[in-house]
Amino acid sequence: MTTTADPATGSAPPEGAAAPPGARPPRWWRLLGRDWAAAVAATVLGAVLLVALLGPLLIGDRAVRQNLDASLRPPSLDHGFFGLLGTDVLGRSVLARLVEGAGTTLSVAVPAVLCSLVVGSALGMWAGFHGGIRESLAMRLADAILSFPSLLIAVVVLYVFAPSVGNLVAILAVARIPVYLRTARAESTELRSRLFVDAARTFGTASWPIIYRHILPIALPTLLTVATLDFCFVMLTESSLSFLGIGIQPPEVSWGLMVAQGRQYLQTAWWIAVLPGVAIMLVTVSATVLAAWVRLATDPAQRWRLTLPRKRRGTRPVTPEVTA
Amino acid sequence: MTVFLRNRIASSAIPLLFVVLGVFCLARLAGDPVDLYLPLSATEEQRAEFSAAHGFDQSIPAQLWDYLGQVVRLDFGESLRTGQSAGEMVLTAFPATLQLAAVTMVIAVLAAILVGSVAAYRPNSAVDRFSSLLAMTAASIPDFWFAIVGVLIFGVSLEWLPTSGVIGGPEIWVLPIATLLIRPFGVLVQVVRGSMVAALSAPYVKVARSKGASERRVVFGHALRNATTPVLTVAGDLTIGLVNGAVVVETIFGWPGIGKLMIDSILQRDFAVLQAAVLLTAVTIFALNIVVDVAHALIDARVRQPVQA
Repeated sequence: MTTTADPATGSAPPEGAAAPPGARPPRWWRLLGRDWAAAVAATVLGAVLLVALLGPLLIGDRAVRQNLDASLRPPSLDHGFFGLLGTDVLGRSVLARLVEGAGTTLSVAVPAVLCSLVVGSALGMWAGFHGGIRESLAMRLADAILSFPSLLIAVVVLYVFAPSVGNLVAILAVARIPVYLRTARAESTELRSRLFVDAARTFGTASWPIIYRHILPIALPTLLTVATLDFCFVMLTESSLSFLGIGIQPPEVSWGLMVAQGRQYLQTAWWIAVLPGVAIMLVTVSATVLAAWVRLATDPAQRWRLTLPRKRRGTRPVTPEVTA
Repeated sequence: MTVFLRNRIASSAIPLLFVVLGVFCLARLAGDPVDLYLPLSATEEQRAEFSAAHGFDQSIPAQLWDYLGQVVRLDFGESLRTGQSAGEMVLTAFPATLQLAAVTMVIAVLAAILVGSVAAYRPNSAVDRFSSLLAMTAASIPDFWFAIVGVLIFGVSLEWLPTSGVIGGPEIWVLPIATLLIRPFGVLVQVVRGSMVAALSAPYVKVARSKGASERRVVFGHALRNATTPVLTVAGDLTIGLVNGAVVVETIFGWPGIGKLMIDSILQRDFAVLQAAVLLTAVTIFALNIVVDVAHALIDARVRQPVQA
């Protein structure tokens, strides 16, 4: 079974691959290096992750320590490193609060995305593999969740249960399950009639091992692309909810909450509200750009485009008929 | 067409039922529903009286029956804040949101078709790359941040536009609509571009060109019509998502719509109004889903055909 097509390493390129047979595809970090936009995006995301993990060790209690003498200082270098981005009305360092907020924001977005990725993909692949009543049931469930705005579900749930990180993660995860469910189902309906799945079935392999060994490796790149894109959506929803006062509650710090808190000082101290918004935008734009790159890099039929200089890439549009 | 419509209504009704029952279950799951309606300071007698008056002391099936009756009659009880009927309050707030959403979606779809088609006409040209970057950024800007920065620049610094409120001429519409517009516009441009690139390289476009059709007719008559289907689906989903944006925009600009009503009733613990607002929004979205499906069927003959089992 060593010849099972595995797009992650590309040991056996499926049909449509441009690379000559036998040649190993370039390593992913080389492809990343050739696309400066994706490289910048990956660096930004990596830096934010690092700051969220290690930052709290460096800032201590500066994110919540009040100092009324230092109230509403504009961004400058005069007051040390933590005064770099100014202070809010209680004299708390905006830089320290941004670092603290990065941790909170990621601790909501990452678990929520992972939960919906795992549950939605498993359910979708199972539904697509079996078809029939199981498929229609799963799809109706997805339609039901997807046809209502996530905020609508969130407001009711957060009214009935108190807003907390756990509840936020749960709501956001449930609201995004359908996205993965639909993608995974589409992939696995197509894959279940392939020869290697038939072969595995003939040998008497049970359905979950087939899904795990033969369907998941092929569906995974698509699912990961969806997850990267979805990360933006989850982050934006969390910050909207926090901004509206029904998400993260003070004294915890989140970027959306910081914008809300800075809003009333907008005319006198723009940096309190504007900077957290810039931080949100930086992360979401990076995730979108990276998702576009991942989509190309994980597709064996498209990956060659990344090895070309940027100018020549895709001057001739791919016609869907060629691969069909 | 009648069969198609009947099937669509039946399958769209399932999510609606799901929300109606979901609100009921949530209100009962969290403990005593009286806690949700009455302020925290209510005395024991008040609670018992309220519970008896609204049937919360009855069995769950009996409560469910009462609740469904209320939903059908649009009778959701009275607001704790104003004493008005909750259903009426929601119906008064509704047109404001609807106007905002309708104007936004019309502009978003038209602008996205224009920008997306221009970008797709020469894939990977400078125009294409610029508009793709613009679309990606637009889709990832947090709307609440865009709104307050817009207020800071155009309302406070330049004093061109009012910072909030609904009294005045057309200028009050600019910032709320711009805020609502960015996300649908960003997403739609990417969708239009994608499906136009595919459509423009399809054989029927080659045929149209070789028959001597003008470029304008090729792009807008042949390619665009075939590229509409995914655009319509995504536009429908985005309209549903517009409710999310409406909550934010209405809160920031003091727009007296349903989103502001929802947030106000959460922050002041007014469950009757919140329930009415959520359920009415759910019904509207149910209707919208059907409209999108019918439009779909009118444009694309393949959708109209009943599915053979």
